Amino acid sequence: MEKILQVKDLELSFNTQGGEVKAIRGVNFDLYKGETLAIVGESGSGKSVTTKSIMRLLPESSAEFKSGEILFGGRDLTKLSDREMQKIRGKEISMIFQDPMTSLNPTMPIGRQLTEPLLKHQKISNSEAKKVAIDLLRLVGMPKPELRMKQYPHQFSGGQRQRIVIAISLACNPKVLIADEPTTALDVTIQAQILELMKDLQKKIDTSIIFITHDLGVVANVADRVAVMYGGKIVEIGTVDEIFYNPQHPYTWGLLSSMPSLDTEDAKLYAIPGTPPDLLDPPKGDAFALRSEYALKIDMEQNPPFFKVSDTHSAATWLLHPDAPQVEPPLTVIERMKKFPGSRYYEGGAV
Amino acid sequence: MAKYIGKRLIYMVITLALIATFTFFLMKVLPGSPVASADKLSPEQRAVVEARYGLNEPLPVQYFNYMFGLVQGDLGISINQFKGANVTDVILSRMGPSAQIGFQGMLLGTVLGILLGMIAALRQNTWVDYTSTFVAIVGISIPSFVFASLLQYWFGLKWGLFPVALWKDGFMSSVLPSIALAMFPLATAARFIRTEMIEVLGSDYITLAKAKGASGSEIAFKHAFRNALIPLITVLGPMAVSILTGSLVVEQIFAIPGIGEQFVKSIMVSDFSIIMGTTIFFSVFLIVIILLVDILYGVIDPRIRLSGGKS
Repeated sequence: MEKILQVKDLELSFNTQGGEVKAIRGVNFDLYKGETLAIVGESGSGKSVTTKSIMRLLPESSAEFKSGEILFGGRDLTKLSDREMQKIRGKEISMIFQDPMTSLNPTMPIGRQLTEPLLKHQKISNSEAKKVAIDLLRLVGMPKPELRMKQYPHQFSGGQRQRIVIAISLACNPKVLIADEPTTALDVTIQAQILELMKDLQKKIDTSIIFITHDLGVVANVADRVAVMYGGKIVEIGTVDEIFYNPQHPYTWGLLSSMPSLDTEDAKLYAIPGTPPDLLDPPKGDAFALRSEYALKIDMEQNPPFFKVSDTHSAATWLLHPDAPQVEPPLTVIERMKKFPGSRYYEGGAV
Repeated sequence: MAKYIGKRLIYMVITLALIATFTFFLMKVLPGSPVASADKLSPEQRAVVEARYGLNEPLPVQYFNYMFGLVQGDLGISINQFKGANVTDVILSRMGPSAQIGFQGMLLGTVLGILLGMIAALRQNTWVDYTSTFVAIVGISIPSFVFASLLQYWFGLKWGLFPVALWKDGFMSSVLPSIALAMFPLATAARFIRTEMIEVLGSDYITLAKAKGASGSEIAFKHAFRNALIPLITVLGPMAVSILTGSLVVEQIFAIPGIGEQFVKSIMVSDFSIIMGTTIFFSVFLIVIILLVDILYGVIDPRIRLSGGKS
């Protein structure tokens, strides 16, 4: 499969008054054409920062690339000038943000906000841009698009606004669409609609999507592959089935155990103990070791490398080392693994 | 919209009536009378003068006479300052210079202030920003009469660039007073725009605009500016007040024959009808400014476009 975007050994820090916050500490992933890659993790795990660094939307005054590269179309995005970056933003890579209530300019009619990237990146006239914008609104399911072009954001509901933001992001048929928790601020029924819309549109325009979320239910719904982030690193990456039914990293286990499901019988939902690591002074070994009941001695001292589970699945945990002791994952995870062919708990049947 | 403005006009009339009433009685409580200073007058002569201006009538009668005239647009005649001249004519004849320096001061102040605030916000925490903040603090804390004197000394006397005072050289005469009046609006606008721009530049829709590929200047002018302007409208009212009160002093210092200068003198000589007339004139001016500000809100911010308008 064709690689659209490659993030290699990316390290990024924020220089703050308190010191250097190592927000991304060596992130690697590839994005393939037409796929949806979900990045999951809790707040502060670095998922938003990773994608914002791809778009170079972080404040230049404090955010600093330490090493690594972001390869896109043969170029390293970390080295481009502002001007070159402006030609990529909105045209080749575009972005949808979390809160549709605040991501549209309140004093500009939505028509102008829609035509802006078109006029900016494509050599078309104002009236042509308007036609395209109306088509885009129709595409995202906005009734009476002609009338609504002149209206302002406050005249739309939250779900409608997110549809508009999606329309804006798709205006120039981007190769990569980054969706930063696009459904988090919406209520559940609207969430479902927006997810359906995004899946539908992806088929139509064949764009690759990076979908950031902390909602595993959403991940299961939209993603082809999943990267789990913790403490500024990816700790496990694999196809959606591999992550959900054959997880290997204790942090992924924790995430899956803390997800309510229809057959959750216990009254109390599992919560991962402790707090995320302080990235001003990241732990020496596995960042999750201090919160993990499965931590080995080596986890405290040495950072685990990636161990391959399959061609598409790898996880950074010493538990996968040949010399590591066999540990039993949590019960909920074992239940999941029973359904996954190839896992050691497999009991037959299919996922 | 028309309904809204109609309603506002009614409120304006009520406000004016209240202001006129208050001023009228406050003035009567004050010691002194327009004829008090005329020592040479015998009691009989004084009685004649008082009778001529209706000052011998009981207070309620004087009040109703005045209000009755006011409703008909009659502000009365000057008692001693302009000896029998119609108050309306006096005010109108003196409006020119005041309006000119007031308008120039307001324009200069807001435009420069907005520019200064914008630059400061875009170059946050650099020397440009600190300089602009310093200018703003100076502009707010130093009273306009101190400024006026400094301007007169340096630009008038020392360097001879502009006339020191008086209203004889047309536009040139208006430059220094306008600058003196501009300081407060300038400082206020700079402060407000800086704060608001920084806030707006950090908002999600600016990030989205960046994500669309907009350049730095497009973001500042197409997306941020209009949103940053909204809170500035709120202080346009107080700014107009500062121009008015500033003009009382500044006109005096520059010896400009404007309304402010004449107002101050009329208070000194207790010329009741001039004081009343000028107060009412100033009140009308301010009330109209406030109405305009409210209408301007809707023009700039579509979210508060007044009901009844097309949505």
